[in-house]
Amino acid sequence: MNLPALPSALHLSHFTATSCLGHGLAATLDALRTGRSGLAACDFDGIDMATWTGTVRDVDHQQLPPALIEYDCRNNRLAQLGLEQDGFAQAVRNAAGRFGAGRIGVFLGTSTSGIYETELAYRERDPATGALPAGLVYHGSHNPYSLAAFVRAYLGLQGPAASVSSACSSSGKVFASAWRMIDAGLIDAAVVGGVDSLCLTTLYGFGSLDVLSDAPCRPFDAARGGISIGEGAAFALLERTPDHLPADAIVLRGVGESSDAHHMSSPHPQGLGAKMAMQQALAMGRVEPAAVSYINLHGTATVSNDAAEGKAVVAVFGARGVACSSTKGATGHTLGAAGGIEAVISALALRHGMAWGGVNTAQVDPDIAVDYLLHNRTLPIDLVLSNSFGFGGTNCSLLLGRAG
Amino acid sequence: MSDAPHPGQPGLLNVYVAGIGALGPGFNHWDEARAQLTGEAPARPEKTRVPAPESLPPAERRRAGLAVKAALGVGLQALKAAGVPAGDLATVFTSSGGDGVNCHEICAALASSDRLISPTRFHNSVHNAPSGYWSISSGSMATSSVLCAYDGSFAAGLLEAMAQVATGQRPVLLIAYDTEYPQPLHGVRPIPDTFGIALLLAPQAGPHSLGQLTLQAAQAFTNEPAQTLADPLLERVRAEIPAARCLPLLRALALGRPQTVVIDYLAGLQLAVQAAPC
Repeated sequence: MNLPALPSALHLSHFTATSCLGHGLAATLDALRTGRSGLAACDFDGIDMATWTGTVRDVDHQQLPPALIEYDCRNNRLAQLGLEQDGFAQAVRNAAGRFGAGRIGVFLGTSTSGIYETELAYRERDPATGALPAGLVYHGSHNPYSLAAFVRAYLGLQGPAASVSSACSSSGKVFASAWRMIDAGLIDAAVVGGVDSLCLTTLYGFGSLDVLSDAPCRPFDAARGGISIGEGAAFALLERTPDHLPADAIVLRGVGESSDAHHMSSPHPQGLGAKMAMQQALAMGRVEPAAVSYINLHGTATVSNDAAEGKAVVAVFGARGVACSSTKGATGHTLGAAGGIEAVISALALRHGMAWGGVNTAQVDPDIAVDYLLHNRTLPIDLVLSNSFGFGGTNCSLLLGRAG
Repeated sequence: MSDAPHPGQPGLLNVYVAGIGALGPGFNHWDEARAQLTGEAPARPEKTRVPAPESLPPAERRRAGLAVKAALGVGLQALKAAGVPAGDLATVFTSSGGDGVNCHEICAALASSDRLISPTRFHNSVHNAPSGYWSISSGSMATSSVLCAYDGSFAAGLLEAMAQVATGQRPVLLIAYDTEYPQPLHGVRPIPDTFGIALLLAPQAGPHSLGQLTLQAAQAFTNEPAQTLADPLLERVRAEIPAARCLPLLRALALGRPQTVVIDYLAGLQLAVQAAPC
């Protein structure tokens, strides 16, 4: 296996997550501790579909700074809401004071960015000319880079930036891109994470594939019936690991990335790409599978994803070899934000010594030989894997750990 | 400057260009683009012709849109020039926005009364559709990164690819592409035609190396303006199609003279790349 030779770890010096579970870490932790789901019957944009969604509260109450109004769209409002939780934006500005604004990169995942603005604009096309309404600012909303451009400007950063848009692996893979840029000496720190927001393209798109569950999604359940789409924003500030960190500091120990080479919208049936990604993350962290205490699964609750991912987990960890669950029953599938949201949920597992039970799931699929948690389990956790896979057969696995 | 543990001089990212593929208005492959960039042949005011890549199975070939065709086409050209198989090659795909026609069809359907879109339209809508088709058709299970930085998407992809080569010490295929945007999207994103470029970047020089590219970590980013092209037709392509912002760098490689080329990246931040013969 051809492995990148990256240094030992990066420090997640600050992180935050906002989803249908609530705004920021405290609300997220409370929901995870109490097994609360944030999913509700879909009421987005008058959609008449029997599906459930994870909507973030108060997104549209957010007002972007007047100087950045060109970036106004639901996705960037959600980004701003997320940045203002847990003192994250201020922590980045402080870091910019230490490193210099040009030495902090911005690498953020999104699948649909602010495309909802264009979807709405298409309803308002000029009846005579077909032209879109004048108010649509493509670069500030619809374009995938709109997210990274807005966050970079909002935080006053002047370093390199990009949006990563590889469907549902996007905000896992940003950790790898940032790591390489730090390693290459191009930057000293990076804002990573992802933001995706509800839109018609994904709701009707996943509907066209017949993978939307008509009940709150039940990952790894024998009777699982597809996904529930969510929205969310998650951010982390990645820095080189200093000589001394407190024991409960969270570090990124490894990243694995692979491609399925199989199908555009179905995973490799044996989970081969997923297995490679997990093995690479472990190899990069120089740890054996037995050292991992919990896997936050991709676990979308489609029949094919969970079956393939289960096979991959068994191939790496053995039958029922490690505690695992998907938290998408709680958050919904936040698509391009899922890798970031679940990295933060994994960091909370490490910090609080708790492997999260997967909510909504009642009867674990007997054909999948994993130790799937239906309830929270208290245990010493030093290492967690967080899986994010996506359309096009893209796979990413993050290995996160405690510093001590 | 850097405590990077990768081989070579710290803070220096150096890659060798092992093969180039190119497709754009008036050129169908790198040899034609090279001759036009060096002035050996005149630039041609023609629409880009985008053939369906042979590597795709017939069913996929029918479903593939312009973005997939252009991206795979230039990628295959670069591998052919380098004489290497796709094997387990890592890839970086970068585009300012993906397939314009597909996006228009989806937005139009979603604005109609039934809002129904087809599964093929949907899976072609993801920004990583060309990356997925590349992996499926080449069999490569290696990592693939898919980026966007609006008009600076080529520079963002080059940074990602050079960082991957430097840190991993393995070749990476960089593919940058953009497609034309139909009306009414064209009104808000006036990309007039399709353009694709592929650079196979390797950590060491090889028998087919076409030049080398170097980034000095401490001086990679600059406020200086991006270079332009003297030829008005080629300059128009460079200015109007984001992926073609690579052309001054490609010209430097084609001329084989050492020089630092500034290319468009982000607002107020350009990328300074040193190009040199091997």
